[in-house]
Amino acid sequence: MSGLDLLASGWGRNLLYGAVSTLEISFLAYMLGLLIGLLGARGKLSGGKLTRRLLDAYTTIVRSIPELLLIVVLFYTGTQGLNNLLLSLGVGPVRVNGLIAAVAVLGVVQGAYSTEVLRGAIQAIPVGQIEAAKAYGMSPFLLFRRITMPSMLPYAIPGLSNLWLNATKDSALISVVGYLELTKISQQAAGGTKWYFMFYTVAAGMYLVISLASLQGFGMLDRYVRRGQPQVR
Amino acid sequence: MDFTILVKFLPLILTGLWYTLLLLVLSSLFGMILAIPIGLVQVTGPRPFAWLAAAFCTVIRGTPLLIQLYILYYGFGSLFPQIPWIRQSFMWPVLREGLFYAVLAFTLSFAGYEGAVMKGAFASVPKGELEAARAFGMSPFTVLRRIWFPRAFRIVLPTLGGETILQLKATPIAALVTVTELYGAAGQIFRTTYDFFPPMLLVAVIYFALTFIITRLFNLIERQVPQRR
Repeated sequence: MSGLDLLASGWGRNLLYGAVSTLEISFLAYMLGLLIGLLGARGKLSGGKLTRRLLDAYTTIVRSIPELLLIVVLFYTGTQGLNNLLLSLGVGPVRVNGLIAAVAVLGVVQGAYSTEVLRGAIQAIPVGQIEAAKAYGMSPFLLFRRITMPSMLPYAIPGLSNLWLNATKDSALISVVGYLELTKISQQAAGGTKWYFMFYTVAAGMYLVISLASLQGFGMLDRYVRRGQPQVR
Repeated sequence: MDFTILVKFLPLILTGLWYTLLLLVLSSLFGMILAIPIGLVQVTGPRPFAWLAAAFCTVIRGTPLLIQLYILYYGFGSLFPQIPWIRQSFMWPVLREGLFYAVLAFTLSFAGYEGAVMKGAFASVPKGELEAARAFGMSPFTVLRRIWFPRAFRIVLPTLGGETILQLKATPIAALVTVTELYGAAGQIFRTTYDFFPPMLLVAVIYFALTFIITRLFNLIERQVPQRR
């Protein structure tokens, strides 16, 4: 059987399913990371001393330990911890939903990087603008929606774009805990058929398409959030 | 959780540390050497080479390192044994090892990321300095050796520390192709003792310390280089 026959015989569809699965966990983890990042940036900028210490510890530790190690440790801690908790409550062990575990683990890693990107972007806003908004009596939420968010985004988009690309690439590491995404499925396809070269190359091609499309998308987003600003360079 | 159990595995952990450092140093060094022509050719041309170098950087940066490693290790690794002259060559013992493919994959990865950075650095050296060098009658190679590369290298130096740390954080992937570096060593201890946290926390602390040392080391190097800000 030739390689193309193998792709047509169902492995191709499986790989596409894997690509969708990769996009799914990357997107959800990215969103969770952004949420953690927003709260984290807020905590770092205006939180109390203890909050800031804790957040500093979180971002420093997560950013200086390899992602693979973090993913394996968080996955193990999370599933073990949950089962221990359930056992102590008298409920039997459960099989933790793979999707939720993958998203939670990747999201916690993403959150540390998001915190730093968003903190930097918020700090780049001239203080006067925020003071002016406060002087006009804007509520914190309105202030965030109308002033902080739009003026922070031009500074944040390049960093956030990198983070999204990292999320899609780091999601490949989730394959080591057995979650069925693009890398795991290409591993199964390659191992099952012995067509290692072809399946891994096809998977790499799919990741590349995701990356290139994302770069286009973030380029458009960047132009949108910078609309009305004078052109630099 | 019993941390005293780790004492017995000290030699294994030290072996792991050695392989982690070996992977890091070899791949950053070779990667940087490759990154210089990859960056330079994108600025100077000729066009087809510039295009190839840019495509290389895009592919490396747009795909997970794990997949790149699998392509090299399983892809080429399954191809080589079928070719008799490779099997009989003196390189075969090396080509059988996961370490070879890990160093190769990490080197190419570093070259891809750093090549894109070097391109920007070469392009941002002021034109006037290169023109002055040429006006002094320097040959193109002397211009590169004496002016262009040293200036470009100073521009990338502040980012190089961060890139090296990213490279360190990529090394545990080598454990997936049988290299016993730190994370691989921790995995082995886990499989012998059935105790997950002690070995994993220990190597996490070692990675943390290595990150700290690399940051300090690059700060030190940066201070040795005169720079006007």
